[in-house]
Amino acid sequence: MATRAISDTPAKWGDMGSINEPIRRPLTLDVSSLPSVAFGHRNTTWLANVFYMAIEGMMFALMFATYFYLRTRSTDWPPGHLPPALTYGVTNALIFVFSLAPAWWVRRRAPEGDRRAVRNGLLVLALFALVATAFRVFEFTTLNCRWSDDAYSSTVWVLIGMHSGHLVTELIETLVLFAISLTPKMEGTRLADAAINSDYWYFVVITGLIVDVLIYGTTRFL
Amino acid sequence: MTVAEPIIANDQDTGKSELARRLARTWCQPKGFLGWFSNTHHTVIGIRFMVTAFIFLLLGGVLAAMIRLQLIRPENSLIGPDLYNQVFTMHGSTMIFLFAVPMMFQGFGVYIVPLMCGARNIAFPRLNAFSYYLYVGGALVLWGGFVTNTGPDVGWFAYVPLSGPAYSPGHRADIWSQMITFTEVSALGVAICIATTILRHRAPGMTLNRMPILLWEKLVISMAVIFAMPAVMIASGLLLLDRLVGTHFFNPAQGGDVLLYQHLFWFFGHPEVYIIFLPGAAIVSTLVECFSRRRILGYTPIVVSVVATGFIGFSVWVHHMFATGLPQLSESFFTAASLMIVIPTGLQFFCWVATMWTGRLQLQLPMLWCFGFFFVFLIGGLSGVMLASVPVDLQVHDTYFVVAHFHYVLIGGALFPMFAGIYFWFPKITGRMANTTLGTWHFWLFFIGFNTTFFTLHFLGLRGMPRRVYTYGADMHWQGLNVLASSGVVFMTAGLLVFLANVIRSLRMGKIAGNNPWGDAGLEWSMSSPPPPYNFLHVPTVSGRDPLWEDPPDQPVVVGLRDDIRETLVTHSLDTDPQHKDEDPGPSIWPFLTALTVSAAFVGSIFTPWAVPIGAPPVIVTMIGWLWPRGQSPTPRPSGEIWVR
Repeated sequence: MATRAISDTPAKWGDMGSINEPIRRPLTLDVSSLPSVAFGHRNTTWLANVFYMAIEGMMFALMFATYFYLRTRSTDWPPGHLPPALTYGVTNALIFVFSLAPAWWVRRRAPEGDRRAVRNGLLVLALFALVATAFRVFEFTTLNCRWSDDAYSSTVWVLIGMHSGHLVTELIETLVLFAISLTPKMEGTRLADAAINSDYWYFVVITGLIVDVLIYGTTRFL
Repeated sequence: MTVAEPIIANDQDTGKSELARRLARTWCQPKGFLGWFSNTHHTVIGIRFMVTAFIFLLLGGVLAAMIRLQLIRPENSLIGPDLYNQVFTMHGSTMIFLFAVPMMFQGFGVYIVPLMCGARNIAFPRLNAFSYYLYVGGALVLWGGFVTNTGPDVGWFAYVPLSGPAYSPGHRADIWSQMITFTEVSALGVAICIATTILRHRAPGMTLNRMPILLWEKLVISMAVIFAMPAVMIASGLLLLDRLVGTHFFNPAQGGDVLLYQHLFWFFGHPEVYIIFLPGAAIVSTLVECFSRRRILGYTPIVVSVVATGFIGFSVWVHHMFATGLPQLSESFFTAASLMIVIPTGLQFFCWVATMWTGRLQLQLPMLWCFGFFFVFLIGGLSGVMLASVPVDLQVHDTYFVVAHFHYVLIGGALFPMFAGIYFWFPKITGRMANTTLGTWHFWLFFIGFNTTFFTLHFLGLRGMPRRVYTYGADMHWQGLNVLASSGVVFMTAGLLVFLANVIRSLRMGKIAGNNPWGDAGLEWSMSSPPPPYNFLHVPTVSGRDPLWEDPPDQPVVVGLRDDIRETLVTHSLDTDPQHKDEDPGPSIWPFLTALTVSAAFVGSIFTPWAVPIGAPPVIVTMIGWLWPRGQSPTPRPSGEIWVR
């Protein structure tokens, strides 16, 4: 492989060791030997992804708050409906949990430059996302309510709909990364992107499980 | 590689060295019609944000003038109630969503932040460009609706049930809702760009403790945007669903709740005030330091105040809802929280005063506008303290007293610092100085006009005149004060015309500015004006809070960045140790095309929910076009790559 992996290469301050030492008037700070691909928290896209998850997480949090706020406006919960059926929801929750494995695998192998493992991992992850999306369609049919019935039903549909939007986005993103992995363009930066894609998948799984607790859990004991 | 060449300081860059030529070629901006839409450089996009937002300031001002003209006498039939409802809704929505945030946060931030950081471009320049086009899309939707008699008419916050399906048939409220989606996605995109630039692209040596206060404020605002704007997107999104597909979030008959909307809206709405005010405070801190000719006094208290304001801003939203009959305990809590925010703001004021007091103050044109800010914002702040008290708030709720208060806060906190900032950075942006005489005329006309209009409104409010009524009876005896208030508009309009004349004149024949006409300390003044496309000939390093004042003449510069590709330096968020090199993705038409497809889906969803599934495939295609990797490097990248894990 043409690339080489170095754990940490400091920039050179002329004869200086660190930037935080008193300046002894070097003229240049030579950064030519610094890495050009960074994985994990050093990567700028990783940071943007964190911000993106903060935005989306805030949206989910506000929808959760909306759910509990509307709960206080009704004596029965669910009001006049059976709780959503468990079959597809629980199956999908299990799929989400198992899908963490390929995501973890991609995240782990990408910094090693193991393109084959990343390609296979992305394919498996995309298959998981595809199956989860298919089960999600069935979930909609067993919610035991329609969005236009009342505020409870609206909230349930928007919660699961919002998460489905994230699921489909992630499915497409994983498929695109898989397509890139079939080409020579799968070099350092794209491998870093694949690892960041796994972080986002974790987010989709965690929010999905919380949505499941709300929709399938709190409707039974709240 | 650049090491072999003699090191030319950034302030000595004439653009004629071999390195400058190579960098100019690498960082050249696309030309022609398609090039205009492909440009992703932050200076270009920043100027576009500012110019576009200023156009909407003028349009919003025209609407304000219409309101004042209508209210100039009782029983006036100049504007009917339907149009009047649209006019005040359009005025508020335009000023907040199309002017204040895009100008103060996006425009100034996108232009100035990378220059202050010592970076060659903003992080994620394509996302930045996409955000601009989306903002324009939202603006066109809102104003397109208005000129076709479909302008929103439900107030700038579109409360339910008025804006719900039962009381607002047609598409007026839908247009408002989708305009929110456009502009908030735009602001969120820019927040990610600015926060990442500040955290990852600061020059080596610019540790957190040496970061200019303006960068601190932009970072705090970006965080406020990231956590506040989702609330209004949820509020307007649920409103749209209630209207379009028959959900019942805000329908009490089906278990919904109208106050839920107000909670969601104001959870965004109050931090929004600080999203608008803090950029103004950032400009003032920068200018006070520059024109006092000394380091700002109380750097740490100011930074702590800014961060505290960001946090406290999220815990005061209910003071907008005191009249809705909330439990007394929560009213007391939110009164206390609202009063508490005076502490950090007051602290900033005292630091500014102390800096001027102990410095050698130069009362130049930008500083004149800062003094306007001190006076106007202080009055707005004081009436804000009054309004934080529940009994006072209940008494003057929805009267012109509240209108006077928030115009003092918003025009004081945004418009006066904006003009200060424009006059201050005009030489950097254009290369020429703005005319001081015209600028002084502009200030006094605007200052007198503003106070004539809005100070008067306090008294109209105390006499009971409610907001949002298109006319009033002669027996209310409000005409005299309304005439006085409306007369101020003449002065403000004259002031704005003088400003426009000043800009046009100064662009053509203003004095050549040079690199640093004000003798300021920030890195943005170290290169020629306007900045070259690569910003810095060498990425700088800094050794103090005020680099151009404190750094020694032979302060080191960064070498070793490639000049044949758009290579940028990524540094550690805290101590700015250089960590790795990144590559700017360069110009692209795809962000514009993506904005087009996203806009089409957004606009379509005003009319039918099917616009989402139908609109999604074009969005996906353009996004793949945007993100699909292309051969950006003339040399095969993997062979030269060094990885860090």
